[in-house]
Amino acid sequence: MIEISRISKSFGGKEILSDISATFEKGKTNLIIGSSGTGKSVLLKCIVGLLRPDTGDVLYDGRNFTNSDKEIQTDIRREMGMLFQGSALFDSMTVEQNVMFPLNILTKMKSDEKLDRVNFCLERVGLENVNKLMPSEISGGMKKRVGIARSIVNKPNYLFCDEPNSGLDPQTSILIDDLIKEITVENDITTVVVTHDMNSVMEIGDKVMFMYKGKKLWEGSNQNITDTDVKELNDFVFANRMMQQIK
Amino acid sequence: MQNFGKFLIFIGQLFVRRETFVTYVRLTLNECINVGYNSLFIVSIVSLFMGAVTTIQTAFNLVSPLIPAPVISLVVRDMTILELAPTIIAIIYAGKVGSNIAGELGTMRITEQIDALEVMGINAASYLVLPKIIASVLMYPMLVVLSGFLTIWGGYVTSLLTGVMTGTDYIIGIRMEFIPFNVAFALIKAVVFAFLIAAISAFKGFYTSGGALEVGQSSTAAVVSSCIAVLLADYLLAQLLLG
Ligand SMILES: Nc1ncnc2c1ncn2[C@@H]1O[C@H](COP(=O)(O)OP(=O)(O)OP(=O)(O)O)[C@@H](O)[C@H]1O
Ligand SMILES: [Mg+2]
Repeated sequence: MIEISRISKSFGGKEILSDISATFEKGKTNLIIGSSGTGKSVLLKCIVGLLRPDTGDVLYDGRNFTNSDKEIQTDIRREMGMLFQGSALFDSMTVEQNVMFPLNILTKMKSDEKLDRVNFCLERVGLENVNKLMPSEISGGMKKRVGIARSIVNKPNYLFCDEPNSGLDPQTSILIDDLIKEITVENDITTVVVTHDMNSVMEIGDKVMFMYKGKKLWEGSNQNITDTDVKELNDFVFANRMMQQIK
Repeated sequence: MQNFGKFLIFIGQLFVRRETFVTYVRLTLNECINVGYNSLFIVSIVSLFMGAVTTIQTAFNLVSPLIPAPVISLVVRDMTILELAPTIIAIIYAGKVGSNIAGELGTMRITEQIDALEVMGINAASYLVLPKIIASVLMYPMLVVLSGFLTIWGGYVTSLLTGVMTGTDYIIGIRMEFIPFNVAFALIKAVVFAFLIAAISAFKGFYTSGGALEVGQSSTAAVVSSCIAVLLADYLLAQLLLG
């Protein structure tokens, strides 16, 4: 479980996040949704510590992350896996080396054990026979999947995904969503997914938090997201005509 | 000034929370190939031509019959050891290796590869930059030695080909009034320049923000700043060690 309390963040006097508190539950896919530019990525970066919030704390299973010293932060970080918006594969390494990288650095496993684990993870995301390819030689959707494989290879307790299905076709999109959901349940980990895709919300949104202009406006499950009176959320959910008709 | 403070903090960061020694050895060897081996060609070409041109021009300027011919190669030798090999090659090195380091790190920054390392709990600054600096400090002095030999040899070949002086005179000049400390001085300069170029370029690349355009700008800024730093250091070292 991850708890964030009273997180604020400004850039050059402009407030991007204001006073956000929330909990992300274990064994569930916790979604952060909102339209472009509302500060979802900034919030995620504050949670994983790539940005330092101006105020507030982030607690990982009760351990304070934001206001601890480097040692403790590093320990907690070694339990994290993260999928970046642009996959962020190391482009000087092959797919296999990319996925193996966290194991090389963070564990003392033997090389055949590592290779087994890597192959297991690549299979898990539906990729075979791509081990020796370079990131530049595979498609965007495949990169995302390699990114997921890399983020789960060291069995994280916390998984973060920034827009796992932006730029993917609807089918691959759902495939990736389902994958994230399955991994979360299988390993009973805390997963936080940032997205602005309503399909994902309906597919995997166990717990959804809606952000608008740096504030948290709504929180709930995808079951009751369609019947709220928060106007901004309604505008967001029913932005597309299909959804309007369903309504 | 504010940048300078940031630069010092950056250098400080390189030495905390490091990975295992073996990891660094492997990374450093890779970088040695990158910065050293891959620079051999350009350094050789530039050195040979520097030797040729310096010999011809020195000969052209010392036409007085009062000056014995070996003085020409003596001048070439001293210029090479004191300035041409360590400093001019440093400018070339900044253009090749500095821009490469800044471009690579800049790209890694904007494509979130550096963030990915940080999230894994790796000190990205030290993991990515320290091997480059160590490799640079190890390899650049070797390049300078090579360049020194090739420059002087280039001068020798040129004097034979053009007939500005005889080979024997050239060799006599090379051996005349040789000061061994000059070689040590050149190597000290090489180490300082290598550090400056790698560290400044890494700094510029590491703190790139934005997109492809900014990566290009960082590369350029890396070359410009390292050249200025090299020239300043050149002046200071000359004052300090020769003055
Ligand atoms: N490093 C930064 N410096 C200054 N401003 C920033 C920085 N990072 C983000 N911002 C600003 O914060 C705001 C929120 O950005 P953020 O990337 O969190 O949006 P987002 O909700 O993730 O949008 P999207 O869905 O398009 O990814 C934007 O207005 C952006 O300009
Ligand atoms: Mg974003």
